[in-house]
Amino acid sequence: MKLNELTIAAAHEGLAAKKFSCRELVAACFDEIRAHDGKVHAFLEVFDEEALARADEVDKKIGRKDSIGLLEGIPLAIKDNILIRGHIASAGSKILENHSAAYDATVISKLRSAGAIFIGRTNMDEFAMGGSTETSAYQKTGNPHDPTRVPGGSSGGSAAAVAGNMCIAALGTDTGGSIRQPAALCGVVGLKPTYGRVSRYGMMAMAASLNQIGPIARSVADARTLFHAIAGRDPLDAVTVDKPLDESFNHPVTLKSLRVGIPKEYFIPGMDPEIERAVRALGNKLGKAGCEVKEVSLPHAAYGLAVYYVVMPAEISADMARYDGIRYGVRHEARDLIGTYENSRSLGLGDEVRRRIMLGTYALSSGYYDAYYKRAMQVRTLVKKDFDDVFRSVDVLLTPTTPNVAWKLGEKFDDPVTMYLEDIFTVSANVAGVPAISVPCGMKNGLPIGAQFIAPQLGEEKLFTIASSV
Amino acid sequence: MSLSKEEVLHIAKLARLTLTDAELEKYARQLSGILEYVDKLKEVDVAGVEPTAQVTGLDNVWRNDAVVGCDDETRSKIVENFPEKEGDLLKVKAVF
Repeated sequence: MKLNELTIAAAHEGLAAKKFSCRELVAACFDEIRAHDGKVHAFLEVFDEEALARADEVDKKIGRKDSIGLLEGIPLAIKDNILIRGHIASAGSKILENHSAAYDATVISKLRSAGAIFIGRTNMDEFAMGGSTETSAYQKTGNPHDPTRVPGGSSGGSAAAVAGNMCIAALGTDTGGSIRQPAALCGVVGLKPTYGRVSRYGMMAMAASLNQIGPIARSVADARTLFHAIAGRDPLDAVTVDKPLDESFNHPVTLKSLRVGIPKEYFIPGMDPEIERAVRALGNKLGKAGCEVKEVSLPHAAYGLAVYYVVMPAEISADMARYDGIRYGVRHEARDLIGTYENSRSLGLGDEVRRRIMLGTYALSSGYYDAYYKRAMQVRTLVKKDFDDVFRSVDVLLTPTTPNVAWKLGEKFDDPVTMYLEDIFTVSANVAGVPAISVPCGMKNGLPIGAQFIAPQLGEEKLFTIASSV
Repeated sequence: MSLSKEEVLHIAKLARLTLTDAELEKYARQLSGILEYVDKLKEVDVAGVEPTAQVTGLDNVWRNDAVVGCDDETRSKIVENFPEKEGDLLKVKAVF
């Protein structure tokens, strides 16, 4: 196995045992990037000099026989909307083409302290708005399984980098499925933590009540390792929770103790029957392994996407107000100040971003606030309640992650609603604030299929336990 | 719910965006399509249902209202990012 194909656990073991050097590990990732990223375009920028210098520092430490932590020397790829001090962070947008991060995001500081090495920033849908990474203002990313197809989005670059063995693991962000959906399409593991588990400080905001940063990795164990490294209360993000990471610490979770619910509303007409077959087969497998598996219902499931496409654009219209060409990024000056705002935003922001800003502005505007935003917030209560109710009789839910496997680049790009429907199985977890993970569970004609597990708030350990068994 | 061009122009102005005629037509069409989809929320009985603004259940999270300051390196990086400056000051068009 090549060094860049290792998991975090195996890479750590190899480094500690001096089977290879950290420089060799990091160089192997850069070799893979050089060999294949010309076709895949996962990375916007690689930090080769800096990463190799950091690798040398780790090697010196190993040489001194100092013990190294689990993440020390591990090459990670970071989504372009997470701030790494001194590096460009552009959120896949032209408006931030020249914006260099003035500080580290909290997750980055934590990973830095753990000794991880950031090897580059990955491509994404512009400001995380999209499900295919096609709205990036810079480049389109291909799926490593078939580069003529999408990797999913918005964390498509991170998912492709992991699936393409161009890094050991990566960070993405998830507002409506942007970690889980590309993980499913690329055949890797992606976790969206409980809302509030991971600090959003230093992550560019996209819908403040829905967003989370999370890991994308090649194994569930790796996702767990990364999650543990980045989670925790942060005074710089007021919504972070101060709860133990493994809430079942005193009562370890065993596979057989988990009751699995399969919500009937998550198998819809028009979805790929091969995906339904694979997920139901997984349900049967879990049943044979000793889990209680049963059909359940989330009565408001059909409304989750509509709630999302009102609440998310509304919040975005506020989050995006700061990109006005004034304090950072690209300014397109006009005769007056308002003109400067309008020019900078209209020239610097892409189509999908402007569409969502306008949708949100409309939903919040006088005369429409009650009909759209307030109503969506009320239905949000009902969607969340469905999860609270169902988790009284089961411990985790099993659903497909996406209705389709990776489609061709350009195929779904023209109609916004067609693209939005690809999020249909993932959005409800963000709406309810519950954690969810996607794991590979099969293939269709060489294209990966992902299964999603959803747990109650703070239930990540349940997810890791059941997902490891797949 | 179909949006007129006037409504789209109004929204664009609120959002500090300018649109070409072609964009105006395109967005009117696309936004109307999306609004048609989200109109299904009208099917739900929300009588007496509290709106959810955030899902953490947390109440006010306090911190001290104290000046923390900023280190020189961070400060200089922030100033470096100013699109137009005079010394350390951010330069913009007059508000009035």
